[in-house]
Amino acid sequence: MKQFIIFIRKEFKHVFRDRKTLLMLFGLPIVQIVLFGFALTNEINNSKMVVLDYARDKGSQELIAKLESSRYFEIEKNLLSDKQLEAAFREGKIKTAVIFPPNFYHDLMHTNKTQLQVIADGTDPNTATTLVNYIQTITAQYQQQVMGQTKLPYRIVPELRMLYNPELKGAYNYVPGVMALVLMLVCVMMTSISIVREKELGTMEILLVSPFKPLLVILSKAVPYLIVSLVNLAVILLLSVFALGLPVNGSVVLLVSVSTLYIITALSMGLLISTTTASQQTAMLLSLMGMLLPTMLFAGFMFPIENMPLPLQVISNIVPAKWYYIIVKRVMIKGLGFASVWKEVTILFVMTMLLLGISLKKFKIRLA
Amino acid sequence: MIPYVIKADKLTKQFGDFVATNQISFEVSKGEIFGFLGANGAGKTTAMRMLCGLLTPTSGAATVAGFDVYKQTEQIKRNIGYMSQKFSLYEDLTVLENIRFYGGIYGLPARELKAESESLLEKLGLQEQSKKLVGSLPLGWKQKLSFSVAILHRPQVVFLDEPTGGVDPVVRRQFWDLIYDAAENGITIFVTTHYMDEAEYCNRVSIMVDGCIEALDTPGGLKTQFKAATMDEVFYQLARGAKRQAD
Repeated sequence: MKQFIIFIRKEFKHVFRDRKTLLMLFGLPIVQIVLFGFALTNEINNSKMVVLDYARDKGSQELIAKLESSRYFEIEKNLLSDKQLEAAFREGKIKTAVIFPPNFYHDLMHTNKTQLQVIADGTDPNTATTLVNYIQTITAQYQQQVMGQTKLPYRIVPELRMLYNPELKGAYNYVPGVMALVLMLVCVMMTSISIVREKELGTMEILLVSPFKPLLVILSKAVPYLIVSLVNLAVILLLSVFALGLPVNGSVVLLVSVSTLYIITALSMGLLISTTTASQQTAMLLSLMGMLLPTMLFAGFMFPIENMPLPLQVISNIVPAKWYYIIVKRVMIKGLGFASVWKEVTILFVMTMLLLGISLKKFKIRLA
Repeated sequence: MIPYVIKADKLTKQFGDFVATNQISFEVSKGEIFGFLGANGAGKTTAMRMLCGLLTPTSGAATVAGFDVYKQTEQIKRNIGYMSQKFSLYEDLTVLENIRFYGGIYGLPARELKAESESLLEKLGLQEQSKKLVGSLPLGWKQKLSFSVAILHRPQVVFLDEPTGGVDPVVRRQFWDLIYDAAENGITIFVTTHYMDEAEYCNRVSIMVDGCIEALDTPGGLKTQFKAATMDEVFYQLARGAKRQAD
């Protein structure tokens, strides 16, 4: 036991002496959260818009005010002619334009029908669609407001409610994703590299000749990265609660336990990689290609799995990150308990046991 | 009767059809410097791994430090030291940390370890460098430190696998002074090497060809037996007949 502690202490020294890796280990989750949280968001805020108002009446003024007061749009300027409109789009600063015809309010009041032209920059189709939807919604709200004064015999008013995520925040989607990704990256890559490094250096031979048990070598390699990963997990959770305003709705204990299980899955995967490779470069490449890519593709936070062709959907089932992602979303965002995630936890547990079994067996074979 | 520290009797290891070591027998007594020679692929490493308790022999018998290589590998590991051709200290740890780590995993008590590491640093003249990272030391120092670390726990036998690969002649000479010093303190030295001048430093030398020990005697005895002027010639005469390709 004393030897075990001496060994773990040595592993920590390796981790802390290597400043660059250390920076990566702890900087990565922070950078990812910040990047996903503030830069790579698919929510649209303060999109630049121009208005060409030929009507200049009560209706157009009210609708413009409504558009401007929403956080989605920022009205760059009021234009005076069609020509200016084209120039504004060509500069590329504005994303949408709204054009009011003459007699906008008059037509609305007296013929019960009026038109409004919306032009969007289609070079980025997703953004354009989203923006047009926002404008339609705001227009519809205004229409109701106006119509509220007149009586219409039949109306269906859909009451919309987005469950669990009323504000449709992107953070609900990617925080669990970043957790799945970062933990996988740290554990798989770091453990496999640190074990392979001992092989490359020749120190593994010395350790095997010593009375120190090979199994303990592996265990003491895993412990520091388990701890580093738990610290990372804490950092991610704190950031998401305090910086992004994303609360942990479910049990923190359950979340941490499941994360620990997932970390162990990743550690055993790192061990498996280390038993099959002889150089640090190969270990790194294998971890990146073998783990990072499938995790990004198949966890479900970047590309919805339901939209994939069937063979890919089947493949996604063997990616541990997918199950972890599902569990974290349910526990963290929906606030559900163990009863609703036991199936996924079991799958993850079986995967871990399998991986651990195979890698320990391979490790022993290599020794013989 | 002299108690032998290493005793091998028809020790054989087979990998499938391939006989890596074929019925090798020899004895090494306490405090002896035993040279274990052979071309690459002759089976030296396999023999050494069996004696270190890393490989189970296919047949034959052997004891190391009085323990059986089949059943008592744990005790063997506790009583031997090992140093390989690869430099095997941690470059990102300091000299002192390396000493403490290796002493620690052999279970040396803290107080003893402290005294041992101080006397070791003094012997090597490394007191000033004790807080420096091993990576910053010259190769010669690293090799000497490696050896000293390998015998830190006072093993009965130390296995040296081509310990002086890539070091200059002066450092090699100094390295052998350390070996003699250890042998005088009763540590048995089992060393493989490709340098024939080093073979001359050994008390006795065995030469392996194609998995068998073809010759075993003192360097002087071997030279007389093969009517050769140097160990180089002895080795060449034997290795020339090898059928296995070196890998």
